[in-house]
Amino acid sequence: MSAATVTVADAPKAALRHRLAERGVDRTLLLLLPGVIAMAALFCYPFIYGLGLSFQPAKGGVFGAYSAFFGDSFSEGTIWTTLGLAIPASLINVGLSVPISYRMRGDFRGKRLLLTLLVVPITLGTVLTAEGILEYFGPVGWFNLTLQKLGLVGAGHPITLVNDYWGVLFSLIISGFPFAFLLTHSYLSGIHPALEKAAATLGAGWWQRFRFVTFPLLLPGLLTTFCLTFVLAFSVFPSAIMVGDPDGRTHVISIEAYEQALQNFNYPQGCADAMIMTAAMLLVIGLVMGVRRFFYTGSTGGKG
Amino acid sequence: MTDTAQTPAKTLDAQRFNELRLQGISRAYGAHTALHPLDLTVRGGEFIALLGPSGCGKTTALNSIAGLLPLTAGSIELDGRRIDTLPPEKRGFGMVFQNYALFPHLSVRRNIAFGLRMRKVSKAETERRVSAVLDLVRLNEHAHKLPGQLSGGQQQRVAIARAIVLEPPLVLMDEPLSNLDAALRLDMRAEIRRIHQEFGLTTLYVTHDQEEALSLADRLVVLNAGRVAQVGTPSELYESPRSAYVAAFMGYRNILSLRAESVDAGAATVVGDGVKFAGTVSAAVTAGASVQVAVRPEDLKIAAGEADAAFEAVAEVVEYHGREFQVDALTRAGSRVHLRTPERVAPGDRLSLTVDPRRALVFAAENAEAGGAAEDPGEAG
Amino acid sequence: MAAIAQAAGARRERRALRMRPGSWLVWALVVFFLVNVLGVIGSVVLDSVGKTWFSGWTPTGYTTSNYSQAWDEFDLGQVMTVTFQITLLVVGLSLLIGVPASYALARRDFPGKRAVMLLFVLPILVPPIAYGIPLATMLYKVHLAGSFTGVVAANLVPSVPFVVYTMTPFIEQIDPRLEQAARMCGAPTRSVLGRIIAPLLLPGMLAAGILVLVRTFGMFELTFLTAGPTSQTLVVSLFSAATSAGIRTAQNIDAMAVIYTGSMLVLLVIALRFVNPTQLVARSRD
Repeated sequence: MSAATVTVADAPKAALRHRLAERGVDRTLLLLLPGVIAMAALFCYPFIYGLGLSFQPAKGGVFGAYSAFFGDSFSEGTIWTTLGLAIPASLINVGLSVPISYRMRGDFRGKRLLLTLLVVPITLGTVLTAEGILEYFGPVGWFNLTLQKLGLVGAGHPITLVNDYWGVLFSLIISGFPFAFLLTHSYLSGIHPALEKAAATLGAGWWQRFRFVTFPLLLPGLLTTFCLTFVLAFSVFPSAIMVGDPDGRTHVISIEAYEQALQNFNYPQGCADAMIMTAAMLLVIGLVMGVRRFFYTGSTGGKG
Repeated sequence: MTDTAQTPAKTLDAQRFNELRLQGISRAYGAHTALHPLDLTVRGGEFIALLGPSGCGKTTALNSIAGLLPLTAGSIELDGRRIDTLPPEKRGFGMVFQNYALFPHLSVRRNIAFGLRMRKVSKAETERRVSAVLDLVRLNEHAHKLPGQLSGGQQQRVAIARAIVLEPPLVLMDEPLSNLDAALRLDMRAEIRRIHQEFGLTTLYVTHDQEEALSLADRLVVLNAGRVAQVGTPSELYESPRSAYVAAFMGYRNILSLRAESVDAGAATVVGDGVKFAGTVSAAVTAGASVQVAVRPEDLKIAAGEADAAFEAVAEVVEYHGREFQVDALTRAGSRVHLRTPERVAPGDRLSLTVDPRRALVFAAENAEAGGAAEDPGEAG
Repeated sequence: MAAIAQAAGARRERRALRMRPGSWLVWALVVFFLVNVLGVIGSVVLDSVGKTWFSGWTPTGYTTSNYSQAWDEFDLGQVMTVTFQITLLVVGLSLLIGVPASYALARRDFPGKRAVMLLFVLPILVPPIAYGIPLATMLYKVHLAGSFTGVVAANLVPSVPFVVYTMTPFIEQIDPRLEQAARMCGAPTRSVLGRIIAPLLLPGMLAAGILVLVRTFGMFELTFLTAGPTSQTLVVSLFSAATSAGIRTAQNIDAMAVIYTGSMLVLLVIALRFVNPTQLVARSRD
């Protein structure tokens, strides 16, 4: 009798623990806690705080900051300015990465050196790249001098590349292309080489192999690469100030948000701009990822 | 179509050829020669197995024939037409890859139709041929699935279907069964045999499993470290291997290092530490030379009396296998011998063993390599 | 034999010919890109040792005084100290927070796992400017704006998820049966973690740490938004110097840029000894 009582009293407790363990909940999850707390405190909370703040502008009611942004053609135009830089830059970066990484998918001598060289512009960061572009692409820089030497432009009439749209686009390509290339390259090396060999034995020439086997398998990876390069390009900031025309043709949305928050000290407006920026970016990513769903995204390891 | 064996009702016909001639094809990676010059003539409709342990150059040979690897030397001719200068897509061979290499983003039907599409075969014709092949490999109800949704055996059959739908003159198979479990492997072996017979395909089949090779092939090519060790029909290789290496591959699990005491017209007496028996000489062996003697486990018999014993051994491990016992025994010299016997044996028993002289093959001693390779087939099988 | 060799030679030639146009174009593109990158970096390096360079291919004379001037003028000793303090602190903290989290994520399947994964992926996806501005605003409200703590906290936001995503594949490839085996041998959790998991994870932690080091050292936006005059890192003071027009000569700024590039390259060389170039931008396996 007493033995039975003990079992009954013990059973629910033990069972709950086992039930939780069954679903993967046990003390190991405590290890997540510091990370989750840090992210919640440093990322989620500020974000929600900023979102809240954006609805409390000094004037104009709840949506005052947003209507101020969209009401002013100068600030509203920053979205299109930013897209006008980010989309061509991402397209160029991804577009160039495909043929180049396709050519270089095999192993060859000096491959690691080449990859390393390509990594350099990423790690140098945007500030240094911008500084270099100012001098290299400047009116008396080496690039213009070379063009003059080749007779492509007249002496004394250098083409304007800095303090303009083009300088910023170049900086986005210089730091974005290696990034896109390395990603594409790693997606490409994830496609089992036997698949192309199989296609070859079935009579497919190199273009058909690329068109019907490699490219469809690479496409989801390319779309992801596009998204990540787009994120980088969309948040262009230091180079837009340094090599661009920050008050005109390259007045991108991040500059607008920065100026509102930390120069005019209009925090609600700055936060609203940041929210609009995030939303616009998520919209584009959402679109691309929606397209990605239509393609095969499973294993590319060759075994199917 | 010079074919007479096939019934006219067949919807698919392999393009026949008379002979595929490999002349001294070889492949080197820098200083390492993966495949020494290989000469082989394949007749139309033949099933040839390339057999050898991993790293012996058999896959290299196959890839070179497919055109996936450039040749270092040699030439390949199909009915007198030189084809080794063609890229793989122009050779028109079918290939079944070890991991199948099915296109993961295409359905089974589209995987099989891929080669026809590359050849710009008309829609209706493609449809007809794919359906016929799907029937042949019995995958009709899975035609719309992606390869990832199929079992290993089904993926295997898709890979075969994709290779044969083009009616290629030659199908190359690279260890197609090595990724399957034992039971499935037996089924698929029968399936490959059936498809080969129904279809009259010429097949070049790479494997490390001698049982697979013996049961499937019309002729076997045994490779050792990039060189051909022996070419012959299964029975030729099984009954008269030309070297201890080939013998080890053909199920002669006992390879004893002994010395030839006397040699006389195809017969020899071999001796060792407490060992003396007669054997059959199959290659040049001189009296007094060190030899390797190959004996199958089932040919090692327990003697009736000690008088006619070739040697003695102490049973060490005894396994019960139903109709017989598998015994591992140690000779006095310390070498391990394997035998199969219907008699009940207990570990520790002293056994007197005899060998039928016709069943003990005596070879001139090879380098140490053969001894190591002797362990391989047992593990692989 | 000679005939065979000749045939092989002919085949190689044909092969080379067939590959030519595409390869040439691709290589030309790569070379063009690298030449321009080299030009961009080269201009800065050359200018930093030049006296004056208003026009022409090279400066009018060479000097090293730009470096000493830059060092004094921008107080680079202090800036470098701050930079390394911040960077190392961020590396240490993000490993401390990120490694346990990645262990739990790699080993357990639990309700809400996708939400936690999302929490760790968003800071990588959302551009630093977009969450940096609200973060800076919040730090301002809690009086941490411009402080050392604020900069470190801000830099943890992308670093912790980065550690999590770099470490997870490393942990996944450690067979869980090793831990089970250790437990069956009687090891308590602490010994399992300390004696089995930690040694096996050391290469992964090293890789993650170095990657975070490189990224934090080069992280501009977040530091720029949250730093004050005493908590600036090298890249931020470089930006400030380059954009506050007029007062300094371009040569001094370039000297500072070269110091930045040099430190970055040293870190990069160290990093590439331990990690694959691809890992600098993303997880090696997706």
